[in-house]
This record gives sequence, C-alpha cells and structure tokens, in this order.
Amino acid sequence: MKKILALFAFVSAVLGTGAFASEAGVKLDHAPINVGDMASLQSGARSFVNYCLNCHSASMQRYNRLRDIGLTDEQIKDNLLFTADKVGEMMTSGMTRKDGKEWFGAAPPDLSVVARSRGADWLYTYLRGFYRDSSTTTGWNNVVFDRVAMPHVLWQLQGERVRKEESLKDAEGKEIEDGHGGVRKVVKFETVAPGSMSGSEYDVMVRDLVNYLVWMGEPNQVLRKQVGFWVLFVLGIMIALVGLLKSAFWKDVH
Amino acid sequence: MTDQVNSGRRKVVAITAAAGACAGVAAALPFAASMLPSERAKALGAPVEADISGLAPGEMQILEWRGKPVWIIRRTPEMLAGIKKSEGNLADPKSEVPQQPAYAQNEFRSIKDEYAVLVGVCTHLGCSPQFKSLDAQAEMGADWGGGFYCPCHGSKFDFAGHVYKGVPAPINLQVPPYTYLSDTKILIGDDTKGA
Amino acid sequence: MAAAEKPPVTGFGPLNCVVGWVDARFPLIKLWEEQWGKYIAPKNFNFWYYFGSLAAFVLVLQIVTGIFLTMNYKPDATQAFASVEYIMREVPFGWLIRYMHSTGASAFFIVVYLHMFRSLLYGSHRQPRELLWIFGVLIYLCLMGEAFFGYLLPWGQMSFWGAQVIVNLFGSVPFIGPDLSEWIRGDYVISDATLNRFFAFHVIAIPLVLIGLVAAHLTALHEVGSNNPDGVEIKKQPKDPQTGLPLDGIYSHPYYTIKDLYGVAVFLFVFAIVVFFAPEMGGYFLEANNFIPADSLKTPPHIAPVWYFTPYYSILRAIPPLFNSQFPGVAAMGAATLILFFLPWLDRSPVKSIRYRGPIYKVALTAFVVTFLLLGYLGTEPTNVWGQFGPWLGNVERATVIARIGTLIYFAFFVLMPWYSRIDKVKPEPQRLT
Repeated sequence: MKKILALFAFVSAVLGTGAFASEAGVKLDHAPINVGDMASLQSGARSFVNYCLNCHSASMQRYNRLRDIGLTDEQIKDNLLFTADKVGEMMTSGMTRKDGKEWFGAAPPDLSVVARSRGADWLYTYLRGFYRDSSTTTGWNNVVFDRVAMPHVLWQLQGERVRKEESLKDAEGKEIEDGHGGVRKVVKFETVAPGSMSGSEYDVMVRDLVNYLVWMGEPNQVLRKQVGFWVLFVLGIMIALVGLLKSAFWKDVH
Repeated sequence: MTDQVNSGRRKVVAITAAAGACAGVAAALPFAASMLPSERAKALGAPVEADISGLAPGEMQILEWRGKPVWIIRRTPEMLAGIKKSEGNLADPKSEVPQQPAYAQNEFRSIKDEYAVLVGVCTHLGCSPQFKSLDAQAEMGADWGGGFYCPCHGSKFDFAGHVYKGVPAPINLQVPPYTYLSDTKILIGDDTKGA
Repeated sequence: MAAAEKPPVTGFGPLNCVVGWVDARFPLIKLWEEQWGKYIAPKNFNFWYYFGSLAAFVLVLQIVTGIFLTMNYKPDATQAFASVEYIMREVPFGWLIRYMHSTGASAFFIVVYLHMFRSLLYGSHRQPRELLWIFGVLIYLCLMGEAFFGYLLPWGQMSFWGAQVIVNLFGSVPFIGPDLSEWIRGDYVISDATLNRFFAFHVIAIPLVLIGLVAAHLTALHEVGSNNPDGVEIKKQPKDPQTGLPLDGIYSHPYYTIKDLYGVAVFLFVFAIVVFFAPEMGGYFLEANNFIPADSLKTPPHIAPVWYFTPYYSILRAIPPLFNSQFPGVAAMGAATLILFFLPWLDRSPVKSIRYRGPIYKVALTAFVVTFLLLGYLGTEPTNVWGQFGPWLGNVERATVIARIGTLIYFAFFVLMPWYSRIDKVKPEPQRLT
C-alpha cells in the first residue's frame, strides 16, 4: 500500500508541473476566475461580443447557449446579437479569414476553445500585457506574445503603457552585476496615457472576459462536475455493496 | 455452510444485483440521450417567422420548417365555399384525428378563416402535394372544390387540408403549431409566444 | 449424438426450457463452463490480477463509446475538428462520451502496462504460457496502432504533427522509406486522405483484429490455466477428494466473478474522477495544443507523443543518427517493442515468481521499471529539460545522456536475461500456495 501511495505522489508531482507555459518564459499572472459566477460570465460575454467578435469568431458557440449563463433568448437578441440574425446561430465574425489575413498578416484565430489551448492565466496576462512599441507594425507589443499581430483593442480602456528597463541598484546606489557580465535589470511598465478605466477596473473587466472564454471553451464544464459528483456517490455505494458481496463469498475460501 | 449464511448471502446478491442493474440503466441513459436531436438540430428546427403582408388573396406561400414545406394559403371566400362544398366527400370533416392543435380543430382548420397554415407533406407516404385551384375541375372532377393533389399516389385534399374519402392518404394534412405575432406576422413551430 | 448425452439444463427457473432449447443446438453451457463457469483458478490472486479483467472491461468501454462517437464524428479534414467540438457542445451528453473515450485510451494503457508488469513479477509468460504471452504482446502492438490512428482523428495540432512525425519515421527505412511514408499518407503531407484511412483503421480494421486476439488470448489462458503469485502449477497438484478440484484451485464463478466486479467498481471510481474532474489530466490525456485545429504550415513549439508512447519516443531520440539517417533510432524503437516477444525464452530462471527469485532479478526488474518510467517522463519533455553538462563534457544535454543510459538499461534487461536469470540464487518453489 505504501508503494502505491508513493507512486501516486510521484505521478501527481509530475502532473503538477503545469501544462501551459508562455513562449517567452514570462511568469503568468493567476487569473482569479470562477465559471460559476453568472454575473461575471454575463459581463464577460458582453465584452466578448463588443470587442472580440468584430475580428474573431467563436464558430462553435451558439448564441442561444448563452442561456446557460443565465441569459434569456430576448436578452441575447436585444443586447448581444450583432453578427447573426437568430439566437440559434453561431457566433461568427464580421470579418472573413481572408480579410483578416490581409489586414493583420495572420487570420484572427477562432476563439471557441482558445481557453483550452492557451489556458486562463495566459489569456489573463496577455490581455493585460500590451504596451506601446514603435518598432512593430501595429505600434503595440505584448509581454507574453512577442510582436503579436493583434493590436491592443482595449487600449481606450486600459490606456497606453510603455516598457522600461531599469538597472537594479543596491543601497549605495551602485548597479548590481548579474554574474554574466551585465547588470541586473527590472522591467517596469509606465502608463503614459490613462484609459477610461482604472487599473483595478480594467483587471476586473479582463477577468470577466477570461472567465467567459474559459466557460466558452467547455460550456458543459459546470454540468460535468455536477454529474461527476453524483456518479462518484453511486459508485461509492456500488463499491461498498460489491465489497460486501465479495467478503460474503470469499470467507469460504481458506 | 449453514442455511442462515446462505440466505444472508442471497440478500446481498439480490441487493447488489438490483443496485447494479439500476446503475447500468443510469449509465445507458446518456448514451441513449446522445441520439436525441442535438443543439444544432434544435436550432435548425427552431420556429420560423413568416411575413404574410405581401400574400395576395388566393395565393400560397411556401416556407421551410424543420426541413418540411409549410404552406400558408390566403383563402378567398370562394375557396372557403369550396371547402364547404366538398364536405360530403371528406374522410374526417370534423378533424377528429389529432392532426392539428386544439385551436385549429374547427371548420377551416385555422386560427383565422382567411389564412390556412399546413405542413405540405402527404399523410400517405410523404410526398408534397400540388396546388390545384377551383378551376381544375376538368382535371379533378366536377365536384372539385379546390385543394391539393398528391402526384405520387393520387391523394386529394381540400384547402383546409381535409383528406378526401377513398384515396390512399388516411388522415388530414398536419397543421403545425403556430401563432400570430401581429396581423402580418405568423410564427410557425411555436404557439406559446406572442399575442 | 452429443445433444442426447447432455444433462438437462437446470438453474434458470422458468427459463430452463428456453436455455435448454438453445443449448441443444449450441454449446452454450459447455462454452460458459469451459471459459469461465467451471474454469479452475488458483485461489491466491492478489492486487495485480485485477488488470486482466479490467483490460477487457476497458476494451468494451472503448468500443461502446467509440460507436456512439462515430455517430457524430466526420472523418473529413475540413470538418473533423469542428465535429469533435460539436460532440463536446451540441450532442446531448456528447462531452461525457468523448471524455470517456479519451480517458479510456489512457486507462487502457495504464491497465495493460500493469497487466504486463504482473507477468514480469510472477513469470506468467513462462512455459507453458508462451503463446498466451505472444497473443498478449500482439494485443499490445494492436493497441499502439489503434491509439496512433485514433489520435489523428480530432485533427488538432498535436494530432497532425504527431502523425507527421511518426509517419516520417517510416521514411527513414533504407531504400523504400520515402515511398513507404507517402503510401501510408496517400499524399505528400498528412491530409484528408490520411485522416480518412486512419479512421477506417481505427474504427473497424484494428478493433476486429483486437477482438480476435483477445478471444485467442482468453482461449489460450483457459487452456493452460492461470499462473499465480507463487508460480505454482495447480494443475499438477493432487485433487481434493471432496470437491474434485486441485487442492489450491477454486471455480472462477462466483469467486473471481465477484472479485473482478469489485475491481471494476473501484476502477470506475478512479476513472470517473478523471472523466468528470480532470479530463485533460494536466495536459497528459488531452493536450492543450490539440485544441488548435491542424495547420500544415505551423508546427507547435513543443510536440511530444501522448504519454503512453513516450518511453519508445525517448529511445528513438536517444539513438544518434548514423550516416545522416534516423533509421538506427527507428530500428531501436521497433526492437524495443519486438523484443517483448522473446521474453519467454530469454528468461532461464528455474523458478517463475519473484517470491522465489534471487536479488539479481529483483534489482534488474526494479531498474527496468524505473528506467521505463524515466524514459516515459523524458519523452514528454524537450531534450533540453535538464540543461546541459558543462564544456568538460562537450556541452551535451543531460537528458539525452540519461535517455541513452536508460536505453541501454532497457535493452540490457532483456539481452542479459538469459545470463543473469540463470546465475541468480533462487529459493525452492513450494508445492502448495502460500
């Protein structure tokens, strides 16, 4: 039994080493999301439709499935239905893939399952990680996606930031060497033009958007866990019953 | 082994078998459910809105609902008279077979006398019957009051979808659930919404 | 003639006549009794003996869930990815069926690896069970094929590039390689044609072979009888005068029927935890990159096979190319699986079970298991995962060196077995089960 426990410990240690990593090796911020929070999901859905759906599609997501996050068909129709006529249609984009390729150099990817390929933390860091960079074609760069083709769509909300590297200084004001012939530096972001939202308001808005993206990656995930609870409950009873049966029969075998 | 032990064991066997059977049925349910119409099928089968403002008297409009043709016919007083005239030739003039919602179980099988809404699929083997006006008496016989003729096996229906006697089709044409959203808009497939 | 000699059917209550009618025309009772009902098994099966019946259970699970998946899956390069998401989102309980199938694939390998490990522990592959073992290895190879073909079907980036890499391995075969891999793909890249044929292999060809092999495996087992943790042949024991059974034998039914059911219940509990609460299993059962549709122009930054192939993938990467050819690595990978066939003849120990073997085999088996797990782990990571050795060792990657040592240990376990299994100090096998 001890061996088995040790094996489990080993396996979980291996599994714990995270499936998602950013390409640049940047430490990702933890996305404080909760797919059970309907208000957050609804606000995220609104942001998604307003800001993302102009260029991106979510071609596997049906508008009327938003009823699963507490919206009625009428609410969907009145507030969210911009790119389709009927609530039964898919969340397609106003832009074709070909246009996107011409305008941005890369077709904006479909976002239906983006949370499953990127992970919530990456999205949360990405959407908060744009900064001004005059060397790129869009004039924007991103901390987790270097020279990304997408411009900062939410800049009016977040404002404009620039990236600054500062040398670390010790108590006497001398630069600290990094051991590889340079000096230790710290990267800072400075807001040069404030947006319409404060920093924390923007974080909340992005959190809701990421929350929505995570929900949309697997709309059945809440149901899955609910069903799972009952299945485990029933299987627990079955284990007890068959275990009882087993001992009733095996007591004859010596 | 004593009988007592045996009966105790039997009880455990019975309880476990019963519980296992229940769990097995429960496990089969999601598989059976997966064969029901999917969200896509439901969305494609969603209620359809029809705009009847442009429909002239005596004309018919065809639209698709759940992959089937639905006819909306604006019946003139002559056509309504034709329905009355053919009453003696009908198999089910009182619409007793439940081929229509309760609100369409009346003389003209409709909410408003002027507009008939029918699923255009012959109740015999599923062909779509043809529109035959009152003037088609030469072809359809002298007592023809106007209606539909199925080209596949010759079934006849009047302008309310009543089936004639002695034709292959056994029952009247189906009236789908529908409702008037306004005087010129009909929602087909759903009668719980609207006015 | 046989029908007249059969005893009347009893024990089915009111159904006696129905079962009797069938039995008079079909060897129903005989089959049942030979294959399970009156099959005599040793009474001391332990934890490791659950995995045979569990493998059969998972096979059924995969077939049933697979049938329901094909009802909505489209083997078409333009629709495959979306059809999987259609199953996940739009088909009622489609997500459950799909997760059961994807988790079942990994569960199948876990169960089969543990089942094979049991054989190494107790010498179940030894005479007279060589053919039983060979059927088992064939099942394992089929399973690898089944998993490989099936993994292309979701048509995500990992599906595409995994298949691309594996099919290109065949391209390294001398002389015919390039033509061979083109023939397998039916195109110059992995394409719709490849997807369509892999679908055919995955849903019908390999499953048919697999079911046939499982039937052969079970028939062979019930012919020679089960081994046990003591490695004692119960068939050679004197019979108990009361029951007519070997002294340490019991009927499979009801004892092992119930015990295996218990195993299934516990398995399902663990299985359900994964299916309902961790279907991606941290990226090991469902990989993040496979949620990006296949793109023949863009390789993901890090591709690795699914975890159950990674020990062999590590061996492939560990072997350096020779004359600019990857073939030695490919050959080593092939040899690593094919060498399993020879195990019954490589093992020369006078005893079967590890309980009576000496320290050398215990060390060898431990080293083998640790190596297999280590190679498996390294196969999931890029080769620079542990950095490099310093310039004094030519800056070689640490993980590559470890994988090479691992490959040596893997092969040494088999190749040196005829020698070390014979010189090992063994304890005498008992006559009765302990």
